[in-house]
Amino acid sequence: MGAPQKPLSRVVEACPPSGIRKFFDLAQTMTGVITLGVGEPDFPTPWGVREAAIHALTRGATTYTGNSGLLELRELICADLERRHGTSYRPADECLVTSGVSEGLDLALRALLNPGDEVIVPEPSYVAYQPCVAFAGGVAVPVASDPEQGYRLDAERIAEVVTPRTKAVLFGSPSNPTGAAQSAADLTALVALAEREDFWLVSDEIYDRLTYTGTHTSTAAVPGAWDRTVVLNGFSKSYAMTGWRVGYVCAPEPLAALMHRIHQYTMLCAPHVSQVAAIEALRSADPDVTEMVADYDRRRRLFVKGLGELGLTCPEPGGAFYAFPSIRSSGLSSQDFAEQLLEEQKVAVVPGDVFGPSGEGHVRCSYATALPLLEEALERMGRFLAARA
Amino acid sequence: MREILTVLEADARATPERIAGLTGIPEDEVRAAIAGWEAEGVIRRYKTVVDWDRLGDERVTAFVDVTVAPERGRGFDDVAERIARFREIRAVHLVSGAQDLRVEVEGSSMKEVADFVAQKLSGVERVTATSTHFLLRRYKDDHQLLTEPEPDQRLSVMP
Repeated sequence: MGAPQKPLSRVVEACPPSGIRKFFDLAQTMTGVITLGVGEPDFPTPWGVREAAIHALTRGATTYTGNSGLLELRELICADLERRHGTSYRPADECLVTSGVSEGLDLALRALLNPGDEVIVPEPSYVAYQPCVAFAGGVAVPVASDPEQGYRLDAERIAEVVTPRTKAVLFGSPSNPTGAAQSAADLTALVALAEREDFWLVSDEIYDRLTYTGTHTSTAAVPGAWDRTVVLNGFSKSYAMTGWRVGYVCAPEPLAALMHRIHQYTMLCAPHVSQVAAIEALRSADPDVTEMVADYDRRRRLFVKGLGELGLTCPEPGGAFYAFPSIRSSGLSSQDFAEQLLEEQKVAVVPGDVFGPSGEGHVRCSYATALPLLEEALERMGRFLAARA
Repeated sequence: MREILTVLEADARATPERIAGLTGIPEDEVRAAIAGWEAEGVIRRYKTVVDWDRLGDERVTAFVDVTVAPERGRGFDDVAERIARFREIRAVHLVSGAQDLRVEVEGSSMKEVADFVAQKLSGVERVTATSTHFLLRRYKDDHQLLTEPEPDQRLSVMP
């Protein structure tokens, strides 16, 4: 008889597969590739954190934890946010430990949205934002940001697409893929708009510690924002803990309670051993983070300057570990550029259009790559462009 | 400005131009800072970390704990300096604990090191006892892991 004939989920089927996939398959077949295509640190998790996790496993951290996560971890998270961002959350009911920001994002959208609710997503945006809005029954409303203005959040542009159905604005700062870190002034303007038009702010701050040109402003710290902001954060990027799958969401209690409800029925809890590792990270790994950030910053300077010398201009990325240069001078589309660069010079970058139509004409390059490899990648890109000049 | 030293500590061959590019500090300031530190002795010398084992070289190192009868008014300084002047001595540290000085001795064979300790080191005036530990394997030196690096297990393209 075979599989049932009834259609599968229309919502999911309508969602195009990630544009990165095809590219990934191609890169996997090749050897000697220098990859600038990866959205994760090249550093391993600090050894002290790994050691703590190994020890925890020997002591039996192999069970479920409470749904919200270990209380000790939530207390440390809230204290850390208070210290670094000046925001205040109750560990008991305003902070939830999740399996990475990916789960936190899904929880926030499902807890916020009713069918047809609109979520404004400034582009270029992280690849998961718009599909997650759709999976939660909402409608993503993309709005292009201006590279000439460093991809700043522009409340005026956002105001143009606000409707009575606008439920939230969803953005990351610092941004994947552009590296743009939003200023307090721009966030303040956005918060004012949110208050006037009565919508939420879903603020992905996973790269908050990776800032180079100024200090990070948490959206929730902007006056008037706390009551209408969900902060998503985690350990993957700052502490080089991508594979541990541990993050957190902080939000006012009524929303946090709904997120908790979904989480308890779907995920149960974040991995126990990863929560123990996260505790150790917050307790002792700040010096490791400081060293990694200093290293990223040096690579950032070298790489962005090198791109500029190749005629691949980009606004100075203030955070994360991405540069998002324009490749228009090559005369190629971003897909063609990325594919040909991979085939001819074995350098993997991510075509900008996978982050939304406004990303066309750009590629995302991660500089979370060792300096000698970054320099070699720049040379190869130089040869690639020279062959087309 | 300390970042200049961080870069140099990791790569003694980094040029001022390169350091300027990495740190954002203007090249002439980098040059001036390095010259200043060289003059002040903040930068002692430029060093290469060599894993001699990989060349198959026979080198024998021993850590020797040395007990010293200190000298009135001079403490351990005179004895430590006398020991430090031997060519065979790689490092000398005054440490807390049961013994006084911990020194690192290097030679081309175990016999050479043993002879040095027995005939020269233990004979230095005011040295009352020695305890020798031969080094079997070096795993980390000057913050540099000498074991195989962990492979990069990241997939080549990820969102």
